[in-house]
Amino acid sequence: MAHSSNQKPIKIESNSFGSQFSKVIDKLGIIVVLIFLLILMSLLTDKFLTPMNLTNVVRQISFIALIAIGVTSIIITTGIDLSSGSVVGLTSVVVASAAHPGQFPLVVTILIGLSVGLVVGLINGFLVAYAKLPPFIATMGTWTTVRGLALLYSNGRPVNDLKDEFTYLGGGRFLGVPVPILVLIAVAILTHLLLTSTRLGRHVFAIGGNEQAAIIGGINVKIVKLAVYVYASTLAALSGLLLTGRIASGQSALGVGYELDAIAAAVIGGTSLTGGIGSIVGTISGALVIGVINNGMDLLNVNMYWQQIAKGMIIVIAVFLDSQKKKAK
Amino acid sequence: MRWFLPSPHNWGIGMNNDYILEMEHICKRFPGVIALDDVQLKVRRGTVHALMGENGAGKSTLMKILIGINKMDGGNIIFDGKEVQIQNTHFALKHGISMIFQELSPIPHMTVMENIYVGREQLSANRIFISKKQMAEDTANILKKLEMESINPKEKMVNLSVAKTQMVEICKAISYNSKLIIMDEPTSAISEKECDHLFKIVKQLTREGVSFIFITHKMDEVFKLADDITVFRDGKFICTELASNMNHHMLVEKMVGREITQMFPKEEVDIGDVYISFKNLTKKGLFENVSFDVRRGEIIGLAGLMGAGRTELMETIFGYRKLDSGEIYINNKKVTIKGPKDAIANKMALITEDRKLTGLYLPLSVKDNMIMPSLRRFSRGLLLQHRSIDKICNENRVNFDIKTPSINQIVNNLSGGNQQKVLIARWLMTDPEIIILDEPTRGIDVGSKSEIHKLISNLAKQGKCIIMISSEMPEVIGMSDQIVVMYKGTVKAIINRKNVTQELILENASGLET
Repeated sequence: MAHSSNQKPIKIESNSFGSQFSKVIDKLGIIVVLIFLLILMSLLTDKFLTPMNLTNVVRQISFIALIAIGVTSIIITTGIDLSSGSVVGLTSVVVASAAHPGQFPLVVTILIGLSVGLVVGLINGFLVAYAKLPPFIATMGTWTTVRGLALLYSNGRPVNDLKDEFTYLGGGRFLGVPVPILVLIAVAILTHLLLTSTRLGRHVFAIGGNEQAAIIGGINVKIVKLAVYVYASTLAALSGLLLTGRIASGQSALGVGYELDAIAAAVIGGTSLTGGIGSIVGTISGALVIGVINNGMDLLNVNMYWQQIAKGMIIVIAVFLDSQKKKAK
Repeated sequence: MRWFLPSPHNWGIGMNNDYILEMEHICKRFPGVIALDDVQLKVRRGTVHALMGENGAGKSTLMKILIGINKMDGGNIIFDGKEVQIQNTHFALKHGISMIFQELSPIPHMTVMENIYVGREQLSANRIFISKKQMAEDTANILKKLEMESINPKEKMVNLSVAKTQMVEICKAISYNSKLIIMDEPTSAISEKECDHLFKIVKQLTREGVSFIFITHKMDEVFKLADDITVFRDGKFICTELASNMNHHMLVEKMVGREITQMFPKEEVDIGDVYISFKNLTKKGLFENVSFDVRRGEIIGLAGLMGAGRTELMETIFGYRKLDSGEIYINNKKVTIKGPKDAIANKMALITEDRKLTGLYLPLSVKDNMIMPSLRRFSRGLLLQHRSIDKICNENRVNFDIKTPSINQIVNNLSGGNQQKVLIARWLMTDPEIIILDEPTRGIDVGSKSEIHKLISNLAKQGKCIIMISSEMPEVIGMSDQIVVMYKGTVKAIINRKNVTQELILENASGLET
């Protein structure tokens, strides 16, 4: 009998450069894909890697990315938000009707716009956290209700004649950078900090990781969920507000389908629909991947329809790779 | 169904070499760890073979290879006389190898028979529709064989107890004509009576030629049931012996590679004043008129059978459920606990029974799992102090001897014993005065078990109040100062450490008048 075999299983120390590198890739998988795409596109066309084009790409995705940041927080709690596209539409007509020249100070106009998101978020959050409806059903209800409200409010007609300060928010530049990009950067940093470095943020992950354990751990699950839904809808309203400024017109049909693009960005960026896993860095990268592919195909004169097909395939491949990665562990 | 003739148990010079399974030179590496290092396992036909070892010894890995969940890196498997390459679980099932997992996963809203025949539903003559009649009949036949006629084949799985769910799993194995059934910790969640029934059925099946591999942490069960014992330690094969040639002490020594002199390191401590008392706690349908006191430094053992209401009582005290009536006094002051938040504010901690269901945040890191209820202490203003969180978590990792490559490791990748230590570390960080532990050593290896017992003893020494639910008699008797025995939601007896015997607890727990 081998009485001497008392050693522990051998653990390989992971200090070598190689294993560190593979760890980084593992963590930031989607960023590697993004860099690969950037290199590929700049090789395929010399119109891609110009400051103007890159700025365009980021501005294009910034509206979706803002929504995606909110929906990422929701998905981490194992929820979903289908109403964000409709919130963009309702915000657009409401904010536009409060943005005529000489009507309100700009701050008031902005607050009116954001309050649309606040209210829808409160309703979503109440339905999910307190009435215990499945998030899919609850937000599907608000998705169509809110779109209906937008049509009703505007009678289906565009709301025009907006003041310059307001259109500056969507179309203007500050220090040469488009304002929506600056807003996106600010919101992304803020949300990243919120999720990783505040109690509320960690509770979001805890709820997604194991709701029962979160309850036992004394976390007020209802309030946290409510906060997350309010936050997400408010960001959708912010996106709708900026977009309205950009096109200088309130449109009730604005943002149709955005909810799915936002969910796609989150999922491509590694957010797990089963909860507990996700990051803002990932989601922004996911949105950029979609943006770069769309832009690249535009520049290469690829048929619009192919772009849709490409987006669908990326989602499936991204989630597939992610599940393979988990399996390997 | 094919049944084998009983095999003669004449071990000796003309040893019974009729092996149902021979696994040899099995190797398996995971990134960073050698899980199995040239191990062997030989199971004789018609016997119960206990596979023993501490957590991380490689038992589960070997079993996962055997039923095709994991692939081995090297070695060969001879099953029923033929060399086999087990590619997947389907292959294993088809050839007669079944496994009953520790954490059962039935399809809750489907019936017993649908669960048994899932994936191979029996069809009626027209080959289109499922023949429910045939399935119900076959299921009933198997159930009868297992003396479990009380289970209705058309009952939904959600309505069955853990023990019955387990029996359904065995039915499933039998319906596959399994020649070898692996049972991983089958008794960790069932009462002693149910356990006896299970063992009876196992014995009966071995007489019909079915073989069993039995994984457990409960020593007495091994000697009650097993014919042969194989011991692994740290991914290596240590020995295979006849159970009759071994005793409790030898087995533990082989498993840990050292002698455990004291299984229950309960220290005598000075017991202080009453700190928390429960008066007439009632929750309809779960428990009624429960009253007892806990003094500082005292360990209360909460004994009883499954379904006696112990877990529900503790969950209610912790505010996870609402109390119908009754009062809780802490330090002679009446307290109202509306939710776990209030309980934590009153310096209570609850380490739940089901680690995965109500304890761990599985996809989150070890660090997140430890720190979650104590985040308030580690925030400055709005922001968390990551550096001090990392520091305290690393200290805990060392103090509790949690085996993980880093505190950023996902907690799901840790072994059961280490997961339990993470949970204990989590709750001790909240600096509780009243610590409720629900089956703290369930499914945990001997080494970690004794570490956890030592920890509990130390906490009592610091003057904390401990309430420990345990279904393991030696643990209750070894650790507790007072034993509260529950029966069908009521307190049947409160027994002092000095007067306690195993029989006394059992009589009260099963409702016998004494």
